Amino acid sequence: MRMSGTPKLSGTHKLAATALSLAILLLVVPWAIAASGRSDLYYTLTSVALLSVASGGVWLTFYIGRINIGQGAYALIGGYVSAILMVDYGVSFWLTLPLAGLFCVAASVVIGLPILKLRGVYFAMVTLVLTEVVRLLALALPITHGASGMVEIPLPGALTIFGVTLLPDFATLRNPRLAFYITAVILMALCYAGLYRLVHSRIGRLCMSLQQNEELASSIGVNIASLRLIAYAISSFLGGVGGAMFVAISQSIYPSSFTVTDSVNFMLNCFLGGLGYVFGPIIGTFVLYFGWDFLFQTGEYQLLIYSSLLILLMLVLPNGLLSLRLPSWRKG
Amino acid sequence: MSELLKVSHVTRRFGGLVAVNDISFAIAEREIVSVIGPNGAGKSTLFKLISSFLRPSGGEVLLRGERISGLAPHIVARKGVVRTFQETTIFKGMTVRDNVIIAHHLRSTASLAGFFLGSAAARRDEHQFGSSADEILDFLDLGGIKDEIASNLPHGLLRALGIAIGLATGPTVLLLDEPFAGMNHAETKRAVELVRAVRERGVTVLLVEHDMPAVMRISDRVVVLNFGEKIAEGTPAEIQRNEKVIEAYLGSEDETIGI
Repeated sequence: MRMSGTPKLSGTHKLAATALSLAILLLVVPWAIAASGRSDLYYTLTSVALLSVASGGVWLTFYIGRINIGQGAYALIGGYVSAILMVDYGVSFWLTLPLAGLFCVAASVVIGLPILKLRGVYFAMVTLVLTEVVRLLALALPITHGASGMVEIPLPGALTIFGVTLLPDFATLRNPRLAFYITAVILMALCYAGLYRLVHSRIGRLCMSLQQNEELASSIGVNIASLRLIAYAISSFLGGVGGAMFVAISQSIYPSSFTVTDSVNFMLNCFLGGLGYVFGPIIGTFVLYFGWDFLFQTGEYQLLIYSSLLILLMLVLPNGLLSLRLPSWRKG
Repeated sequence: MSELLKVSHVTRRFGGLVAVNDISFAIAEREIVSVIGPNGAGKSTLFKLISSFLRPSGGEVLLRGERISGLAPHIVARKGVVRTFQETTIFKGMTVRDNVIIAHHLRSTASLAGFFLGSAAARRDEHQFGSSADEILDFLDLGGIKDEIASNLPHGLLRALGIAIGLATGPTVLLLDEPFAGMNHAETKRAVELVRAVRERGVTVLLVEHDMPAVMRISDRVVVLNFGEKIAEGTPAEIQRNEKVIEAYLGSEDETIGI
C-alpha cells in the first residue's frame, strides 16, 4: 500500500479550480438536467455526493494505514439518530445532522479504542463485522422499530440561523430534489475542503507517518493512539452525516438501509479513485455508481462484467483512476 | 560528571526465559556508551526496555532520577530519550526532507487544530522545522539528496537518515540500534565520525552494536552482556583485557573484539 501525496497546486489555481467545479455542480448540472428533463438524475447525483462524503471518511482511515470496511455501520447509526431525533423528539433536521455525526464520533471512540490497535486484515475483519452488528442491533432494539424500520420521516424544515433563512422548508418546495442536490453538493464540498486542508497540513503528514511506520512515529514522539482515534472519529463523523442526509432524502430507514455491501462499496470507492488523492473517493464513487447503473442494460451479466472491470482497473491502475492525471499535474 | 540515564536492576522475562537479568549501569551526560555481547545476549531487549518499547518485569530506568520505564514510547521520546531502529525503519514514501521535518513533531508549539486552521504558531513551526531540517541534513551530509524519496536511498544513507530523524526530535539521549551493521569499512568510518559529531551537539549516545573495532574506537565506556547478564563494564581498554569477555567471545570470533 504505497501512496504518494497529492500534488500541490498554487493558491490561485486552487481557487479557480474550486470555483469552476462548484459552478459546474451547482449551476451547469441543474441547467443541463432541466434542459434534458432527466430530473431522475438528481437522485443519482445526490446519492453520489452523499456516498462520497461517507467514502471520504473511509479514505482518511486508509490514510492512517487502516482498511476500514465498517463505514456502513456509522451511516446506519447516523441515519437512525437523525430519524429518531426528528420523529420521536421533533428536533429540526438541520440540528440532527451534526448530532448524528457527533453521536457517531462518540460511538467510534468507544469502538475505536480497542480495535485501532489491530492492523491489516485484522482491523478490516473487525470493521466488516461491525456493520453486521449494527444491523442486528437495529433489528433488535425497540427504539429503532425493528425490521419494519421508520417511515414517513418528515422532509427537512427551514434552515434558519440568527433569523436569516438559509434554506426554505423542503416540504413547501416545488422541486425538493433540486434542494437536496444542492445541499448534498455543499455538504460534499465542505467535507472535501476540510479533508484537503487536513491532509495538506501537518496533521496529514502525521497521518501519513502512521500509515508508513507506527513504531517509528511513536519513537519520534507522535501519540499514535490518539491520532488514530482522531482520524477514525472524523471518518465516522462523515459516515454519520452522510447516513443522516440519506435518510432525509428517502424519508425512511431500515436495518437494511446500509449493509456490508455498502461498507465494501465505500472502501472500493476509495480504491478506485486512488488512495493517494484526497478527491479520489469522489471520482471513485461517481464511476462506480454510474458504472453499475450503466451496466444494467447487460442484464444477468451485470455483476460479472462489473466485477471483471473492477479487477482489471485495479490491476492496470493500482493507484486509482486519478493516477492517470498525475503527470500533467506535476508539470503545472 | 553527573548521571543522566540510569538503568537500575532491570529484568525482563518472556514466559520462563529471562532475556535480561538484573542489569544496572549509568550513563553520564555527553558520554558515548556501547552495549555489546554475543548473539542472544539480550542487547536488543535491553534497548527496547530503555526506549520503553518493552516494559521491564523488574527494576526501572531513570532519566535524571525520574522513572521512565513503563511509560508509552512517545512520552519517553518527549522526555528526551529517543531511539533509532536496527532495521532501516524510515518513512519510505516520503522525501528525505519530509522524513526529517515530520520528526520535529515534539518541538511543535501549535496544536493540531492550529495546524488545521493554519494559525500563526503553526506557520512559525512549519518554517522553523523546515530550516532546522535543512540544517540537520547538511550536518549529516544529506543535503544533496533531500528531495529524494526515502525508499530510493542506498543502505548507508538510510542509516544516516535514521540518525537525522532521531536528531530532529531534539533528544537528550539518542539510542542507536546497531548503527554500523551491514556497513563496509569506509562507511563505518564515516558513521563513527558521525556519531562523534552527534555527541559534539550535546547529545548523549547509547549504542548497541556488533562491530567490535568500531565500538572500541568510539566508546567512552562499554557494557558487555552475555546470556542476559552484565559480565563486564569499563573503558574499551579494560574490556579488551577482561577475562570474562574474552571467554564469552572465545571460539567464535575472538579476533573481532579487536585483540
